[in-house]
Amino acid sequence: MTHYFLRKLLRLILILLLVTAVTFLLSNLLPGDVVLALLGNEATPAAIAQVRTELGLDQPLVLRYLHWLIGFIHGELGRSYITQVPILESIIDRLPVTIELVLLSQGFALLLAVPAGVLCAYKVGSRLDQLISTAALFFLAAPVFITAIMLMFLFALELRWLPSTGYVPFMTGPLSNLAHLALPALAIGLSEWPPLFSVLRADMIKTLQQDYIALARAKGLGPAFILLRHALRPSSFTLVTISGLQIAAAIVGALVVETIFGLPGVGRMLTGAVYNRDMMLIQGCVALISVGYVLINFGVDLIYALLDPRIRDEYGR
Amino acid sequence: MSTAADGQAQATAPASGAASPPLARHRLGPRFWIPIGWTTMVVVLAATANLLPLHSPIETDFTVISNWPDATHWFGTDQLGRDIFSRSVFGARISLIVGLLAPAFGLGVGIFLGMAAGYFRGRTESIIVAAMDAIMAFPGILIALAVTAYVGANIAILIFLLGFLTIPAFMRVARANTLVFGQREFVLAARAMGATHRRVLALEILPNVAIPMLIYALLMVSRIIVTEGVLSFLGLSVPPPQPTWGNMIADGQADLATLPYIPFIPSALMFLTVLSINLIGERLRARTDFRGGAL
Repeated sequence: MTHYFLRKLLRLILILLLVTAVTFLLSNLLPGDVVLALLGNEATPAAIAQVRTELGLDQPLVLRYLHWLIGFIHGELGRSYITQVPILESIIDRLPVTIELVLLSQGFALLLAVPAGVLCAYKVGSRLDQLISTAALFFLAAPVFITAIMLMFLFALELRWLPSTGYVPFMTGPLSNLAHLALPALAIGLSEWPPLFSVLRADMIKTLQQDYIALARAKGLGPAFILLRHALRPSSFTLVTISGLQIAAAIVGALVVETIFGLPGVGRMLTGAVYNRDMMLIQGCVALISVGYVLINFGVDLIYALLDPRIRDEYGR
Repeated sequence: MSTAADGQAQATAPASGAASPPLARHRLGPRFWIPIGWTTMVVVLAATANLLPLHSPIETDFTVISNWPDATHWFGTDQLGRDIFSRSVFGARISLIVGLLAPAFGLGVGIFLGMAAGYFRGRTESIIVAAMDAIMAFPGILIALAVTAYVGANIAILIFLLGFLTIPAFMRVARANTLVFGQREFVLAARAMGATHRRVLALEILPNVAIPMLIYALLMVSRIIVTEGVLSFLGLSVPPPQPTWGNMIADGQADLATLPYIPFIPSALMFLTVLSINLIGERLRARTDFRGGAL
């Protein structure tokens, strides 16, 4: 286990270096000069040179990367070119909104996928199974921004059950906060449940053919007890594995949905930064979210190895 | 020759034993042909868009602002008086060009790397797999977003970028299939007859790996169409006034309450196209899996 952990840790460090290097290089190698963006096209060469020195742009690339990386580790992501607010501060301000949105949406996705997966596996080939599987196929084909717009049209603009845009902090009004987050979270959840559902259904069907399930049946245990106590846990390994993919989907979901519903989260800040060509803010957001993404995936891998000893034996050697 | 016939016989054997009549296995059914029809129509319209007597997709006409669908403008006009039908057809072009060429690029590189990894094994495999794992560790859409934000997007960049991100997935499929076929007798026979590695890879393994790869590519096409949709919805795909389904939906979102047809039409088109491609891919995969199972 220690050996497995060390290998994973080494890989993690390499990947983190790579991810940060790519985000750093992107903003430094690609056209779209930072200084021109900052000063405008009519800047004098002297002013340009001065700003280049101030920003350390006249140093070699590797040095600049190391310098930036050390700052990054200390949480110094620089300031937004436009608002002059420190980037880390802006991100921390907006992070709770995004985290709440992502957690709620994962809740919705699991709430849909797990019962549906268990039920369909139990009644394979039935009307219900066909109906739910077809629904999953439909939602799989609906990109998150389409689902979001449909939900907004139906529940906010036509039925007027829920607000279409805006945000209220949880502390100010918990109910109002949930009302504002319900549709955005549901939009992400609806576009995320089909893959979860189909892997759980497939694994569950396999599990239900095992001998120990037949034994449990023979003992006279009820179907609900067998499904939930005996079959669900050994069927959810793939579910855990693809949660890495789900994190990527949740990031995209948050970007899009926060923009559509006007939620003041990190996603909308990033899309806003893109519109304003606020390069520093884009770099900070992308680097921080990417590192978060890699770390979460690392965590998922570890949990997976703890759950299933076969994995660490296979890769540990 | 005789081995091929044996394979066929083996492949059809389980079908006759199954509950459904053997013929049903060979029929693809309406769940295959309707999506084929839809996809063909979208492809043909998009390919011939220049030749069709369409309104201009870009020219604004202030006499017909925000007209609901009618006889002259089948899908209505948007807030700038542009014909939505024509914009939809030209928008399909972007979705299809990116959606087809990006996976094609990923497929080309991925099949090469995957076959090399699965055939040569050893150090080649370790290096390729490690490199692909590194790419997969990236949150792809964020990198795509950052690149298009810095460079500005055009079709070539989108194809390269989105295609690049599909390489690891294609590599995995190619490697898995090469591992299976690399162990088979016909590969051993070819080697024994003195065939070079290159010849074995190109003539013995590639034809067997190609079919599952192409079906996998089809599923990737729908994923790339969605990803391009997200990017263009966020304003990070080809710049306006060039229509894409994503930016049409984004433009229409502002007037969702009063003019819902503006975002709904491109949404429906994208949904139906992605659904169709998924259905076609699923059906083809089910059929080849069935054959693969008998091998």
